[in-house]
Amino acid sequence: MSQMSEHRTPVSIQGLAADDPHLAPAARHPRLVERVIALNFVVGLVLVIGFGACYWVNAAPWTLGATMGGGLFFLGVGLVAWGKYLMPRGPFVEERHPLASDEVERDAFAAAIVERGGGVVKRRKVLGGLLGGGLGAFGIVALFPLLRSLGPLPKGTLFHTDWRSGTFAVDSTGRRVSVGELAIGSIMTVFPEGLENTDRGQAVDQTILIRISNENFVTQKGRETWAPMGYLAYSKLCTHLGCPVGLYEQQLQLLVCPCHQSMFNATNGAIPEFGPAPRPLPQLPLYIDAQGYVRAQSDYHEPVGPGFWERS
Amino acid sequence: MSDAVTTRRSRRQSRGPYGRLGSALNELDDRVGVAKGGRSFLDKIFPDHWSFMLGEIALYSFVVVLVTGVFLTLYYVPSQAIVTYHGSYLPLDGTSMTEAYASTVNLSFAVRAGLLMRQMHHWSADIFIGAIVVHMARVFFTGAFRKPRELNWTIGVTLLTLAIVNGFLGYSLPDDLVSGTGIRIAYSIILSVPLVGTYLAFFIFGGNFPGTAVIPRFFILHVLIVPALIVGLVGAHLFLLVRQKHTQFPGEGRTERNVVGSPMFPVFMAKTTGFMLIVAGVTALLGAFAQINPIWQFGPYEAARISYAVQPDWYMAFLDGALRIFPSWSFHSFGYTIPFEVTIPAVVFPGLLFGLAYAWPAIERRVTHDNALHNLLDRPSSRPKRTAAGVAVLAMLSMLFIASSTDVIANFFHVSLNTVLWTMRILVLVSPFVAYPIGYFIAKEIHATRGGGRRKTVNVVQRTASGEYVATPAPAYGDDVASELAPTPVPTFITPPEAVPPTDPGTRTVDR
Repeated sequence: MSQMSEHRTPVSIQGLAADDPHLAPAARHPRLVERVIALNFVVGLVLVIGFGACYWVNAAPWTLGATMGGGLFFLGVGLVAWGKYLMPRGPFVEERHPLASDEVERDAFAAAIVERGGGVVKRRKVLGGLLGGGLGAFGIVALFPLLRSLGPLPKGTLFHTDWRSGTFAVDSTGRRVSVGELAIGSIMTVFPEGLENTDRGQAVDQTILIRISNENFVTQKGRETWAPMGYLAYSKLCTHLGCPVGLYEQQLQLLVCPCHQSMFNATNGAIPEFGPAPRPLPQLPLYIDAQGYVRAQSDYHEPVGPGFWERS
Repeated sequence: MSDAVTTRRSRRQSRGPYGRLGSALNELDDRVGVAKGGRSFLDKIFPDHWSFMLGEIALYSFVVVLVTGVFLTLYYVPSQAIVTYHGSYLPLDGTSMTEAYASTVNLSFAVRAGLLMRQMHHWSADIFIGAIVVHMARVFFTGAFRKPRELNWTIGVTLLTLAIVNGFLGYSLPDDLVSGTGIRIAYSIILSVPLVGTYLAFFIFGGNFPGTAVIPRFFILHVLIVPALIVGLVGAHLFLLVRQKHTQFPGEGRTERNVVGSPMFPVFMAKTTGFMLIVAGVTALLGAFAQINPIWQFGPYEAARISYAVQPDWYMAFLDGALRIFPSWSFHSFGYTIPFEVTIPAVVFPGLLFGLAYAWPAIERRVTHDNALHNLLDRPSSRPKRTAAGVAVLAMLSMLFIASSTDVIANFFHVSLNTVLWTMRILVLVSPFVAYPIGYFIAKEIHATRGGGRRKTVNVVQRTASGEYVATPAPAYGDDVASELAPTPVPTFITPPEAVPPTDPGTRTVDR
């Protein structure tokens, strides 16, 4: 018992005799452990070579991962076991030396900074101020033009889309949408003609077109002429975070955003009925021209998409 | 006796007892002086405890991220120029897409080991952040952040932030339908910042979303700037760890003034190198057998298209959950808008969360007035209030994590989305207040139990020839310390047990 606790008492590793029990392996059966570790290493070696072979013959990706991963895993397990069971069992101890310096050194350090440095600055206040001013000005000057060149100013670009009076609504291939296009209860995504393949046309101008009935449809007061022949158009940008409002729940006539499940009532000016979106989807006033094409009366009457500071 | 032999022997003798390596070390020591520092480094003692391995997982998965990431940069093209795909993945043949997406599909299918490297890269990034979080929890619950290690805690929180940021940037680079939607959400979140949001968004994206600058910019941030910061801070983290020496749990022979464990060389070096190989091996096996982010199934990003059940990587889920369940409270006044429905869950909330993490050591010191240096760890049960506070925060974050799949939950359990939404809202708000007392009382109970948190003494009971039962200690093993090996005497029931001495007012004896 006493012998055992002696073995288990932590000692310093420095200056230990070679036969000190602390340097003995931790394993009770070192020979057995050695064989198990050897087996791990052999399996690891074979798999690592297998990885090379699989790579050489361009085998399926999973074989590459299986051989490489397995190889590294077995080599690692063997090495951990080697360290844990066959290397000095310890426990060893090391003293912590306080990191803090003594009072004299601390004072000398502080004095060097405060007295020496402070003396220099205090004696030459103007020089210090000028240098500080120059470097400070450089910082400001470097920061602002650098930021400025990163991108254009927002100006009014967030307030408008590219829909204008008379713009044709086209599908993603650029084909104009005519009045016979949609059956009642179906939807499609439309873009201003000519912009269907542009970033801006896709990211900002995307509009969802719904055929809700056969006759002129009024979603809200003041929008009496906006939905001729039951064709309704809303901005497809969710007013929460700008995801495309891509789902249409036909029975409830809800437009659903798949990102955070905001739901907008298509029949009622797309006011949000559920979820985190704070505002209705802006509605695009439409008309149907003499040839039966669906066209915009004007731009949206309010900014599309998520909220931002300058938006009133 | 030839001349050559004497020369060789004399040369060998001049090298001293440690041969070629010894003389090489001497040459090095003559020039840079490595012997003294090197010796103390090799003798450095690392305490042994399984939980100290969590930080190693983070470190080694970061190594895997770096190595696999370098491989990916050789094939990935950070460009939003539109190309038409004619590669080996036929379902996308003829589709127009950005070069970023095309090159990602290409490196997955046409480059040898490319798919494996991409999957390993993604897996190890997820593991990296996961390991950081668990490591951070270990440091928190054991009080390892206390003086003198507050600075290293601060570096650690910064590393977590950078890792999350870089994870998001990397997730965005393939420019597939799901990640592109993620970028759009990030753009809208930046846009929601009061006063400067629109300017920030335009400067980061080089104009209105999506523009053509975001992928090249994210790329250089992802492969150079953020990794450089992470590498530098990991270096500082490890330097402080070595300089301040590792903390240890209390135990026999362990004090505030020493470290008990295994020496750097060879024991710790063998174990930690082996562990690095295991981490890399497991990551490779995950890369081989567990599909992650199959971008070719999502298709290229088109701003007007969207996929169902879009979810970010796991470490972003708490933000997504917060965005989902926060009410639609937009603020309008004086001709300006603050989109509270975005700003509060996605800007203010993470700011407060990480601010709390940064401030915690200072908060705790203000409460406890404890200005002493600590090298011995707390058992979580011995600090019930801290433990309960940590549990409360983790409970809330777990609820937010679950809230990021409200739609999937509603579909899976066939309940209405509204029910799920309100359930999650209530759970997020209530869970910390339920978790705190539970954590507090469990910790108190464990702490009050004698020997709580300690390994039970192992006895071997033997019957002697005369019929007497004797308890002898089990063989010492692993981390056993001597005092734990003393056997519990076999109860005789002939003499009544000694009266229990009066215990401290703070402790309680439980009959067993």
